[in-house]
Amino acid sequence: MKLGFTAKEERLRAEAAAWLHAQLSGPFRDLRGLAKYSGELARRREWERALGAAGWSCIGWPEGYGGRGASLAEQVIFAEEYARAGAPGRLGYMGVELAGPTILACGTEAQKRRFLPPIARGEELWCQGYSEPNAGSDLASVRTRAVLRGPGSGKEWVVNGQKTWTSFAQFADWAFVLCRTEEGSRGHQGLSYLLIPMHQAGVTVRPIRQMTGGAEFNDTFFADARTAADNVVGAPGDGWKVAMATLSFERGVSTLAQQMSFANELRAILSAAEANGLIRDPEIRQRLAHAHIGLRLMRYSALRMLASAEAGRLSNEAYTYKIFWASWRKKLGVLALDVLGPRGEIAADAPYEWDLLPRLFLSSRADTIYGGTNQIQRNIIAERALGLPRESRPG
Amino acid sequence: MQFVHTDEQQLIRTSARDLLRSRAGPAQRRELLRQAPGYDLQLWRTFGELGWTGLAIPQAYGGAGLGWVELCLLAEEQGRALVASPFFATCALAAPLIAAGAAEEQRRALLPRIASGALRIACALSGSDGRPPPEGNAVVLAGRDTQLTLSGVSDFVIHGDSADLLLVLAHAPESPAELSVAVIPAAAPGVTIRPHTMLDLTRPMSRIELDAVRITRRDVLGEPGASGNAVQEALDLARVALASEALGGAEQVLEMTTAYVKERVQFGRPVGSFQAIKHRLADMMTAVEAAKSAAWYAACVADERPEELAEAAAIAKSYCCDAFFDCAASAIQLHGGIGFTWEHDAHLYFKRARATATLLGSPAWQRERLVRRFAAGESATPVF
Repeated sequence: MKLGFTAKEERLRAEAAAWLHAQLSGPFRDLRGLAKYSGELARRREWERALGAAGWSCIGWPEGYGGRGASLAEQVIFAEEYARAGAPGRLGYMGVELAGPTILACGTEAQKRRFLPPIARGEELWCQGYSEPNAGSDLASVRTRAVLRGPGSGKEWVVNGQKTWTSFAQFADWAFVLCRTEEGSRGHQGLSYLLIPMHQAGVTVRPIRQMTGGAEFNDTFFADARTAADNVVGAPGDGWKVAMATLSFERGVSTLAQQMSFANELRAILSAAEANGLIRDPEIRQRLAHAHIGLRLMRYSALRMLASAEAGRLSNEAYTYKIFWASWRKKLGVLALDVLGPRGEIAADAPYEWDLLPRLFLSSRADTIYGGTNQIQRNIIAERALGLPRESRPG
Repeated sequence: MQFVHTDEQQLIRTSARDLLRSRAGPAQRRELLRQAPGYDLQLWRTFGELGWTGLAIPQAYGGAGLGWVELCLLAEEQGRALVASPFFATCALAAPLIAAGAAEEQRRALLPRIASGALRIACALSGSDGRPPPEGNAVVLAGRDTQLTLSGVSDFVIHGDSADLLLVLAHAPESPAELSVAVIPAAAPGVTIRPHTMLDLTRPMSRIELDAVRITRRDVLGEPGASGNAVQEALDLARVALASEALGGAEQVLEMTTAYVKERVQFGRPVGSFQAIKHRLADMMTAVEAAKSAAWYAACVADERPEELAEAAAIAKSYCCDAFFDCAASAIQLHGGIGFTWEHDAHLYFKRARATATLLGSPAWQRERLVRRFAAGESATPVF
């Protein structure tokens, strides 16, 4: 066991910190501290390109595809410095953290050359097409259909169906979409992982308003949408396996950056408690300590997860990480409103605008639902990690 | 940065688990708990022969010169096997107290004998109310150089009834902040040891009364009245070891319960196939994994980043003890009626979990201590 970093790694830290500081106190001053979806779209795209141009966008990828071939420790360092500098949430998240690593792991050489460099340069943004109105927790029951049509070498996939909860769809250039490509297939069989361009007549994006009042995710409709026959990752019919690989990438280095925004929320609660005197309340103090402990444990667990991943193992903490942070943040949301008291229930602005902490209270309700509900997570932990027998399922 | 045990460290874990499986199984434990001292002296000698007792003691003092990460692996495995042993009191509490607070000559006299397994030391630190030391300390060190006396009462002294030496925390008359640690033979005149029957049968404790016990300046570790910091440091190291024990216990009850629900059949199916059972086990595993992160990180910090020790120890002690208690409680519930019987081990883990949580500051006490590090003021009510 070793917690420290080498001199070479510390040099990378200094380099990253200096670059981030120069950018965020200079040309990108207006983006400092912005969350994932806020701010002006054009500026956020410029930031993604600036990261790409300086080689900071996907430092863990091999050099040939736009990365730096950075070690795990170096990726950890960059994620920490990124968050410490107050750099904005990544608009490129879906490409950088999900599509890219999936293509890197399961794609063809041609796919890697076509898709990875534009992600690393911050030029192409991605979104994820998994859930459907009737395929939520039961993801394997997706109905969006894709069939190969056309003559010989001119064949292309024609896609029909509806995806839902698609974050980033409103500005994405590409989507990775789980489709049923074998007529009459059921469950995990007959699915394929397609890469589909978003800017075409056959794709319509309609925002969904959430309980927060905002509209960060969407319904995405495919009506005879098209993509080239080559744009399938893994073999046709192997889509489930590829999609599951993507889900495992959701536990990557980015969790460390996510924790920094959690830390900001906890700090804001602490300041509110100090301002209104609730900091003297023994119960509030205990809950603040619980929150602080949970946050630290997320960091330690992320470090363990990364070390195991580097050794090529998916260790147990990877199964429990999602349920841990999601449950933690939901509690933090309730603590936030308890500390704010009645003032916390007055909106910042009409029609339904909220400051950081009430927004946390509302948005955290989604944390234990998306990316696998807590109930599904518990089934997975029990059946895959602990080896308990599967419950009999109908059909 | 490599936050994972090395192959050498894994080897320590494996050999510890193998030894304890063959020498400290459930049947052996039941036999030992019936009579004093409540642990296996032969096993303790084996610990000494294997070098476990000196694992974290520097080579210059006869130890193996390894660190707290390694010591905590032994603690974790002992927690898993629910071993009753003087290891915690002697190696994880007394040894760091001596290392941090004693003069060189005293270290030379004591540490090699701990390393070889020749000494069992009990630490008399708490007062009658059992608050985390030095709070509530009720022993006074009075007199001058040659004519010193220790008077007062210490309680909750782990293995106080079977120790060779006692480390006694005392304060100067009228001055609770001037702390000293004295080392005296357990059989010294004026010392009365009264063993309790404790909730946790695997960690016996005694009340120790000191009636003007005469000592000399050389029996006081380091400078008289100046041991406050050494005591705090040693207590935090001991808390990390306790957290590791608790982690091991939590892992064991999770495995025990997982195995049970796979084989217990009701309604024609293993009960482990029902979601109500599965979800509770999933919550146990989530707590166990977080507890691993807490305990392992704290042990690492003990070796590498002393400036982070107080925080990491408080986090590990509170989280791991809560996790152990919740898991042990779930183990009783998920075993059903059999889990409530004296014959089943579930209650031994449950009681160990509760008692470990209480020791050296409860989880709530650790949390209050944490909040004081980052927020103003203090709790309006006392926390044990």
